[in-house]
Amino acid sequence: MRLLGFLARRGFQSVFVLLGLSILIFIIARVLPGDRARTALGARAPQWVVDRLREDLHLAQPLVAQYGYWLGDALQGDLGISLVTRRAVTDDIRDFLPASLELVLFSGLITAVGGIGLGILSARHKDTWVDNIIRVFSYMGVVIPSFVAAILLLLLFGLILDWFPSIGRLSEGVPRPPKITGFYTVDSLLAGQFATTWDALKHLVLPAVALALGSLSQEARITRSTMSDNLSKDYIAAGRALGVPERLVTGRFLLKASLIPTVSIFGLDFAATLSNAFLVELIFVWPGISRYGVNAMLRKDLNAISAVILILGITFIIVNILVDLGVGALDPRIRLRGARSD
Amino acid sequence: MTEPLLDIKDLYVQFEVYGGRLEVLDGVNFRVGTGEKIGLVGETGCGKTTTMKAILRILPEPPAVIPRGEITFKGRDVLKMNSAELSKVRGRGISMIFQDPTAALNPVFTIGQQFEPVIRYSSPQNRRLSRREIREKAIVSLQEVALADPERLLDSYPLQLSGGMRQRVCIGMALATHPELLIADEPGTSLDVTIQDQVLRLLRELVEEKHTSVILITHTLGVVRETADRVYVMYAGNMVEVAPTPKLFANPLHPYTQGLMQAVPKLTGGGVAHGIPGRIPDYLSPPSGCRFHTRCPHVMDICRREKPPFFSVDGGHQVACFLYDKSPEARRDEAVAA
Ligand SMILES: Nc1ncnc2c1ncn2[C@@H]1O[C@H](COP(=O)(O)OP(=O)(O)OP(=O)(O)O)[C@@H](O)[C@H]1O
Ligand code: SF4
Ligand SMILES: [Mg+2]
Repeated sequence: MRLLGFLARRGFQSVFVLLGLSILIFIIARVLPGDRARTALGARAPQWVVDRLREDLHLAQPLVAQYGYWLGDALQGDLGISLVTRRAVTDDIRDFLPASLELVLFSGLITAVGGIGLGILSARHKDTWVDNIIRVFSYMGVVIPSFVAAILLLLLFGLILDWFPSIGRLSEGVPRPPKITGFYTVDSLLAGQFATTWDALKHLVLPAVALALGSLSQEARITRSTMSDNLSKDYIAAGRALGVPERLVTGRFLLKASLIPTVSIFGLDFAATLSNAFLVELIFVWPGISRYGVNAMLRKDLNAISAVILILGITFIIVNILVDLGVGALDPRIRLRGARSD
Repeated sequence: MTEPLLDIKDLYVQFEVYGGRLEVLDGVNFRVGTGEKIGLVGETGCGKTTTMKAILRILPEPPAVIPRGEITFKGRDVLKMNSAELSKVRGRGISMIFQDPTAALNPVFTIGQQFEPVIRYSSPQNRRLSRREIREKAIVSLQEVALADPERLLDSYPLQLSGGMRQRVCIGMALATHPELLIADEPGTSLDVTIQDQVLRLLRELVEEKHTSVILITHTLGVVRETADRVYVMYAGNMVEVAPTPKLFANPLHPYTQGLMQAVPKLTGGGVAHGIPGRIPDYLSPPSGCRFHTRCPHVMDICRREKPPFFSVDGGHQVACFLYDKSPEARRDEAVAA
């Protein structure tokens, strides 16, 4: 019940956030200089065509009215036509978003498992060579931008060692899975095309690792420092003093208390990953939404830009809610405070 | 005294910190007989908690280092034990009530979740008990410390309890293992005086009933007087005096103890040493010889050079102070000086 209340409250708040975001997107898109219809159609289009488009886009009417039309359409799932691909923006998104989500989710998984794992390892072996290696590695991970990591990984593991495919989502000749979720790995599993799953996974590794490296390092550092701080807390000493076995004291009991900051930071990093994915998608020729969004920006494709920003906004909101749920699950202080303010 | 239950000999504990080593414990000698109730007093920072944590090997290492010493519990040196042996000592051999009950409870687990492994691993039979059976035992433990509604308490998080309740929970947990020796580190100090009294009375009744040996740490000499068979007085990482309780109160020998006694009427929980001007010395570069010489009204030359060992005065009354050195050489020195 408490959970449902929380979700309802957050859902309600999110409506306003999204409304605000939509106004912002709308205004920014309209105040850009230049005639949108002319830009879209090019310099050589006849004037009457341009005028028709202006009318279709309600460009002659006041901004408020334009926003009304836009919002009404958007709520019906109509985000307009992309001026570049000449298709409905929603169709474009349906094509490109799953590719990005699959990449980002996979990289999130790598971040969570790798970051927390390395952090624990580092804290357990504090001030030994294990710890030192992990610390140097995570320093580098934090300072190296993901596109540099992407290029290095591509060169080393993709071209020189040739361990992983370096381009696209699937190798040539591998059958595409039927579209169910849009995630090749999942869809091919569902369809029983295991060879495709394997191929899709191999294609995911390099871009996902490149994308994960920064936040993974951050997670490792935070996990390590929280754990080693908490290791000298009295509740650890008390657990030991009362005969609780070491594997529980430094396992379950220390971990749950120590992962709270890691999860919060993970949420922030994860949401940022989607927007950082652009260069990585570019380098690995990954047909994702970030690449689509940047192309749209370069071409002043306003409908597409608005849609991409909206998608990013929604993703941020969802990730935030999930992170709050995660932190709440770990930390009764937050959960109980939330319940009290209900 | 027959074979003591716990015997600490010449224990040193240091902390590695930025800028050097804190030489905190400086050759501590300390004994607890079976069934004895020991009081341990000394002003804040003198190393009481450090000594107790060393016994259970629960000092955070690093930064703590134990370069020298012996801590024998039932004839075996705790400092030489491997983790399997240690786990037998912890809990069912010795358990501890921590100074700050809030810090001693894990904030992200319920009381029940924290109780469960304490009871489960306190004896081989308990290992095989079901969750329900363990829970029953936890409920009994909470009832023993006079907590109402134990069922609900077990499902609460520490932050949902009052300070007094947390303190009782900690006492309940420490006793749930049925330890042979219970260490109580200033129980109730963080609570207001009436609740503190209740907690101490409760604790006294419980250990009386179970014949547990006890080390009771406190700032308040009055509490020691009511509870302890023998009292140790600690100053700056040394035990400076030990005596059966009545003797210590009738005839305090160490200049530091005498200062403490003068401060008693004030009963100011925080600074017991108001009778003696000055502060506890800096552990980064502690005074040579007798660590009390910077504050002692009777300081002599030898005090700055040498560290006073325990001198026996009579029947179990020992004091680490050169004023009480009655060896032949010391008497000759006195004669020369006269
Ligand atoms: N983990 C640690 N790192 C560094 N120094 C420490 C650590 N633990 C204790 N000390 C130092 O050891 C000294 C003794 O501390 P301890 O807690 O044993 O004193 P205490 O006698 O229990 O005092 P109180 O009555 O205030 O509880 C203090 O100077 C303290 O700063
Ligand atoms: S040994 Fe010396 S300095 Fe220390 S207490 Fe005795 S007289 Fe004072
Ligand atoms: Mg203390």
